[in-house]
Amino acid sequence: MTLALETTTGLTVQLRLADDWFEVCGLDRLIPGRGVAALLPDGRQAAVFTDRAGRLYAIDNRDPFTGAAVLSRGLTGTHQGRPFVASPLLKQRFDLETGRCLDDDTVQVRTYEVKAA
Amino acid sequence: MPADTSTTSTIVLVGHGMVGQRFLEALAERGLTATHRVVVLCEEPRPAYDRVQLTSYFSGRTPEDLSLTDLAFIEEHGIELHLGDPAESVDREARTVTARSGLVVGYDVLVLATGSYPFVPPVPNKDAEGCFVYRTIEDLLAIEEYARRSTTGAVVGGGLLGLEAAGALKGLGLTSHIVEFAPRLMPVQVDEGGGAALLRTIEEMGLTVHTGVGTQEIVVGEDGAVTGMKLSDGSELATDLVVFSAGVRPRDQLARDCGLTVGERGGITVDEQCRTVTDPHVFAIGECALAADGRVYGLVAPGYEQAETAAAAIAGDASAFTGADLSTKLKLLGVDVASFGDAHGAAEDCLDVVYSDSRAGLYKKLVIGRDGRLRGGILVGDAEAYGTLKAFTGSVPPVSPESLVLPAGAGAPVQLGPSALPDDAIICSCNNVRKGTIREAVTEHRCTTVPEVKKCTKAGTTCGSCVKVLGQLINAELEASGVEVDKGLCACFSQTREELYEIVLALRITSHRELLDRYGREEARGGDGCEVCKPTVGSIVASLAPAIGASTYVLDGEQAALQDTNDHFLANLQRNGSYSVVPRIPGGEIAPEKLIVIGEIARDFGLYTKITGGQRIDMFGARVEQLPSIWARLVDAGFESGHAYGKSLRTVKSCVGQTWCRYGVQDSVRMAIDLELRYRGLRSPHKLKSAVSGCQRECAEAQSKDFGVIATANGWNLYVGGNGGATPRHADLLAQDLSDAELIRLIDRFLMFYIRTADRLERTSTWLERVPGGLDHVRDVVVHDSLGICDELESLMAAHVSHYRDEWAETINDPEKLARFVSFVNAPDTPDPVVAFVPERDQIKPDLPLLSIGLRPADDVLEGSAQR
Repeated sequence: MTLALETTTGLTVQLRLADDWFEVCGLDRLIPGRGVAALLPDGRQAAVFTDRAGRLYAIDNRDPFTGAAVLSRGLTGTHQGRPFVASPLLKQRFDLETGRCLDDDTVQVRTYEVKAA
Repeated sequence: MPADTSTTSTIVLVGHGMVGQRFLEALAERGLTATHRVVVLCEEPRPAYDRVQLTSYFSGRTPEDLSLTDLAFIEEHGIELHLGDPAESVDREARTVTARSGLVVGYDVLVLATGSYPFVPPVPNKDAEGCFVYRTIEDLLAIEEYARRSTTGAVVGGGLLGLEAAGALKGLGLTSHIVEFAPRLMPVQVDEGGGAALLRTIEEMGLTVHTGVGTQEIVVGEDGAVTGMKLSDGSELATDLVVFSAGVRPRDQLARDCGLTVGERGGITVDEQCRTVTDPHVFAIGECALAADGRVYGLVAPGYEQAETAAAAIAGDASAFTGADLSTKLKLLGVDVASFGDAHGAAEDCLDVVYSDSRAGLYKKLVIGRDGRLRGGILVGDAEAYGTLKAFTGSVPPVSPESLVLPAGAGAPVQLGPSALPDDAIICSCNNVRKGTIREAVTEHRCTTVPEVKKCTKAGTTCGSCVKVLGQLINAELEASGVEVDKGLCACFSQTREELYEIVLALRITSHRELLDRYGREEARGGDGCEVCKPTVGSIVASLAPAIGASTYVLDGEQAALQDTNDHFLANLQRNGSYSVVPRIPGGEIAPEKLIVIGEIARDFGLYTKITGGQRIDMFGARVEQLPSIWARLVDAGFESGHAYGKSLRTVKSCVGQTWCRYGVQDSVRMAIDLELRYRGLRSPHKLKSAVSGCQRECAEAQSKDFGVIATANGWNLYVGGNGGATPRHADLLAQDLSDAELIRLIDRFLMFYIRTADRLERTSTWLERVPGGLDHVRDVVVHDSLGICDELESLMAAHVSHYRDEWAETINDPEKLARFVSFVNAPDTPDPVVAFVPERDQIKPDLPLLSIGLRPADDVLEGSAQR
């Protein structure tokens, strides 16, 4: 918590959509290990996370296994050195950097470029 | 009916008890069921069941649970089983058996396994209404029925079965007496010292024991029903019900009638192959047989051995039954009683080593020969060492005998592990399984767990007294063979949940991050943990919060990030991303005003409502941003969180109890409310369910709960480890006739011990099956305080109770926490469009078109979902 707060003052979380950066929220709204959902201009939803080192990640919020927009409410973790989120519904894990499902090679979710600025 | 004339040779078995069933299994194993016609005549209306565990019927096991007969086995082997049709006569000339129904079966081989009958002393009025014996399930059903209109019961006979029967009567709510002719209880198994220790413990349980007196007459009233008994010391005992349990006699009438030789004191005389000495076509096994060593064995283990022997003889294999060990280990009314080998020191030149503490109800005696060999012994009150000691019988123990009987903590208790045993030591005497066989099950047959080894070797499948040793042997063997069993919680921690609990408690670590960096696996340190260890550590910290100085509010600080989504939003996530809301309704009792509030809230927010199995009301279809306003109204109306989302106490169901019900004997609703309010919010390894029934009719289904309470005339019986769901399990009786305070103290200890030692997501039912020593161990710890931790367990629970706060009241008053309850961080007022509903039966249901047609038109980028 303190980690996130130290670096946040005035900074916002931004997603890259086509050529523009889209502002989502203040950096202090993110808790390491938990996500938030953002509504994008085209009606999609993104799930945005930060880890304890302050790195940011964003993937599609929709859980491809159930269709529900819930990935932002999953628990994050580290698997063999890589960050992931586990769907809160049926617990499939998704790599936060590639969007690849760790439990089913044929499934992938979209990822977004994200920065704090 | 005509006699059977088929050409295949026929084996007829008379009697389908435990020994009869084992005989059938032995036939099948030897392939004899394939080559022979096998006909079984069974007197009882049900196939073979576990008579050794008969009394467990009163602690909730059904006749079906007790069954030993797999009907698929009977069918698969083409066995013709005739239930309720006993053999009535045998014609040895014609080689036929005639059953009660008139069925006549020709035999080539006849096997008598007729068992024994209860001996009823020839006293006046012994057959009066209210007199029973204790032998079959039907006997128990009759006793149970009669006990409903009785207040006092007496058991004639203070032996093994007599004590069980007396305990059962007490469990049925009767004042119970035991009348034993000998000067002590269990005269066959224990000596004077053991009898004294046993007497003290039994009397402390509220049973009245009369030793050294005989029964002279059963006194009956004008209606012919029992009103009392006259005893040999001239006194009279008032009682409504009498159970005769004064020993058994071999059931050999059928054999006598057809001219087979029987012993002077009964029993069909057989040779070492279990063949009758009179007729080579007839065998006798089990309690009806007088074995070649001149004894009639009343235990199941020798009977099993005889069954195997007879089957071998029929198959033409060499095998002999020359005598058997009479060792027994029993749990009588919660007291361990064991005797083994030459328990009474009958051989010459024996020396006794005795440890006795009658205050604690402990008595242990070892009989040692001059040569230092262990010859036998008696254990009362603590038979922990039974398995090991019995296996050492006949040899010189590797440590001094004193150290084997001293209690833990006195001097230097020696843990003589089963690994010290020789390979031919018998571990399971019921099924005659040697240590070597168990080791082979692990090394050759790749068994790694107790259930697998039980299945493979049959060890531990009868009386269960060796299961603990079994577990130790399996683990030792696995370790020896280098099988690395990673018991770690997850890829981040090599410790088990129990070990992490101990670390958190001892070092007062309140943060997952600190725990991971200090105690995690090397490669996981500095990382973010995972979806397994985070909620587990969150739960441990929450369970211990007051004791380790953590916040008792699960959404505080780092704790918030550890919680599964349900705990994070204090509601239950449903399939379309909406949540359900369950306010607490303690004991299922709710006033009309509060019912109306729930109705109004559900109506105003358009929620789907359903009554839950736990006697409360679930409201479905709330979007995350609606949760705070729903709860603001619920809290305002006096509701609090029901923790339906948590791995924590759910509900304590109740029946209406004494207040309204004409059968109730205690106020079950009040007790359920007290329990629910006491344990609400308690985080645990898995959810906890409970119920309180106001009488033995058990309408609240307490025996299917993690902890269930059933009222008795004298207080409460506590059952633990029950479960419904996919793997139902009847709860086990932990303690009887508790006062309110005793009940709560015991539940406090039980829950805290479970929370301390269970694995993640391990319900009490599986935990109880897994922990070494099982129910007995748990009872030792929480009832007898064998680990000396009960004070700590109680104070941890006291801290939980005094620090409880309603999470929802806390949350709706905290703007920072409330800010998390939005669908979108950048559009707090916009509801999630994916959450949609359609009508069904006057309410709503989730609209789930998502996987088939997709939702968003802009969804043109291929996301590779196989589900599309």
